[in-house]
Amino acid sequence: MTTQTQILRSKARKRAKTADKVATVVIIVFALSIVAILLGLIGFIMFRGLGHISWHFLTSNPQTIREGGGIGPPLFNSLYLLVLTMIITIPLGLGGGIYMSEYAKPGKITSFIRLVVEVLSSFPSIVIGLFGLLVFVNTFELGFSLLAGALALTIFNLPLMVRITEQAFAGVPREQKEAGLALGLSKWKIITSIMLPVAIPSLVTGTILAAGRVFGEAAALLFTSGMTTPPLNFSDWNPLHPRSPLNPLRPAETLATHIWKVNSEGLAPDAIQIAAGASAVLVIMVLLFNLFARWGGRTLYRYMTASKRMN
Amino acid sequence: MEHSKVTPREAQRRRLPLEKHRIEDWIGRIYTSVCVVFLIATIVSIVYFVTSKGVATFAVNGVGIMDFLFGTRWAPDASPPAFGAMPAIAGSFLVTLLAALIASPLSIAAALFMTEIVPTFGKRILQPAIELLSGIPSVVYGFIGLTLIVPFLRDHVGGQGIGVGAGALVLSIMILPTITSVAADALANLQRGQREASYALGATRWQTIYRVVLPTVLPALLTGIVLGMARAFGEALAVQMVIGNAPFIPTSLLESASTLTSIITLGMGNTAMNSIQNNALWSMALVLMLMTFVFIMIIRLLERRNRI
Repeated sequence: MTTQTQILRSKARKRAKTADKVATVVIIVFALSIVAILLGLIGFIMFRGLGHISWHFLTSNPQTIREGGGIGPPLFNSLYLLVLTMIITIPLGLGGGIYMSEYAKPGKITSFIRLVVEVLSSFPSIVIGLFGLLVFVNTFELGFSLLAGALALTIFNLPLMVRITEQAFAGVPREQKEAGLALGLSKWKIITSIMLPVAIPSLVTGTILAAGRVFGEAAALLFTSGMTTPPLNFSDWNPLHPRSPLNPLRPAETLATHIWKVNSEGLAPDAIQIAAGASAVLVIMVLLFNLFARWGGRTLYRYMTASKRMN
Repeated sequence: MEHSKVTPREAQRRRLPLEKHRIEDWIGRIYTSVCVVFLIATIVSIVYFVTSKGVATFAVNGVGIMDFLFGTRWAPDASPPAFGAMPAIAGSFLVTLLAALIASPLSIAAALFMTEIVPTFGKRILQPAIELLSGIPSVVYGFIGLTLIVPFLRDHVGGQGIGVGAGALVLSIMILPTITSVAADALANLQRGQREASYALGATRWQTIYRVVLPTVLPALLTGIVLGMARAFGEALAVQMVIGNAPFIPTSLLESASTLTSIITLGMGNTAMNSIQNNALWSMALVLMLMTFVFIMIIRLLERRNRI
């Protein structure tokens, strides 16, 4: 080997090392700037909003023109709508996911169903809102109502639920299923009493995360659950009474639609503060959903795997 | 252990007398099938209703398809009304492409940082944090845009603040987590051997990333970007809040414009069902839906390449 090629090689090595250092620095700067942006945004929301949150703000009625409106009814509507949505979504999503994971045979029909789930999950939520307006609000004559909103959110959430269930069931060890088969149990019995308990931790985690997504959705609700809330009587809990907060056929604005409304057509002088406070509440709720999902999933997993009981 | 040979048919025959099992199995089969049929019926009816309403503008109201797609004047309430959707279509594509341009390099850098530079910290702390951010509701991003980005642009760049630039920035922040988590997943799933082989040859980290890692995961990275773009294209409220909603094709980034979603959001509440104004909005929804199909087709093609 001549000295000249050695020099050339060491030069090339030096250049490669410099390029490596530069690239590393660039990547780190980019990555840290993202972290800074995202943390900054959360901090900004909290900073702007937390000061405005008080018990009065969380419980009082929104005001259209005067100052000092609260977010009591929208907050209640968001939570109630979430419950309604989940009551409809969970059984449907579980069934669909179990079918995909346990019953579907590889073939044209299964890949078509997969395509359907994928298409449904990437539909713009405003299109789902329009569909809800046309079918649930007008054709089914539900009007702007919690029920129409819950059905629209079900469509919005169902593909996610199906995917969560499918993955949770696919994660069940093969041996457990085979043990069930060896015992001569029927397929459905194996699914419900052997696989379901094993799948529950990841089902719970996934469902709570999906719930967080539902909680913040607004575009699908503008034209289904509406943008107003009638005066509510919080001492009347009969779902059949028109003034009852539990009546599923009344219109309801949620926290997310309230933020949008206040921002785009808010006439109250403190609209920005209200939007900031409501945004902070919304973000805190989503964070709570996330933490709860992780914690709940882990705790359930520990409980399920540590227990020797078998049903 | 000795296995007795039982053919599936034989097993089936032996199971026959156990009526309870068969009933259980039928319950399960029927229940799950009903759920799947519901799923398929939903998507079929969405496609049917959006298409039939969207086509009504052309079939019933007699607006020309070309006039709709390429017309540049959107004035549904003027007389005679004009239904050129080009400003909205151009606005949608413009903000989506800009958002992808801003977000992609940042997200891929973040994903590389998480997987190649600080793998343990990245997996434990950064990835959950990023996933958490993708759960933040879009109205909150819209509010941030309105109170932070718009005033900043107004004071430091010029114009009114609202407009295409603000919309693209808000969307890029929204799709950052989407692209980052897809990219990070792809990078983490890369077989260790490839990376190690490159290091064993004496390559530096950047050489490994640039020559081995990135080319291998390119289809997955593109999938992430397309997913982000699909999300940006369909996003309604966050964009509507900051883009200004003027129905013109923008000539600068600081000019107010509109997107398909923003026009639908604002118009749907103010038009009567089955009027020509309302049907034109459904035609826009049809365009949105068709674009969703296009995005999914691109993702499927990319995934097919990824599998090889």
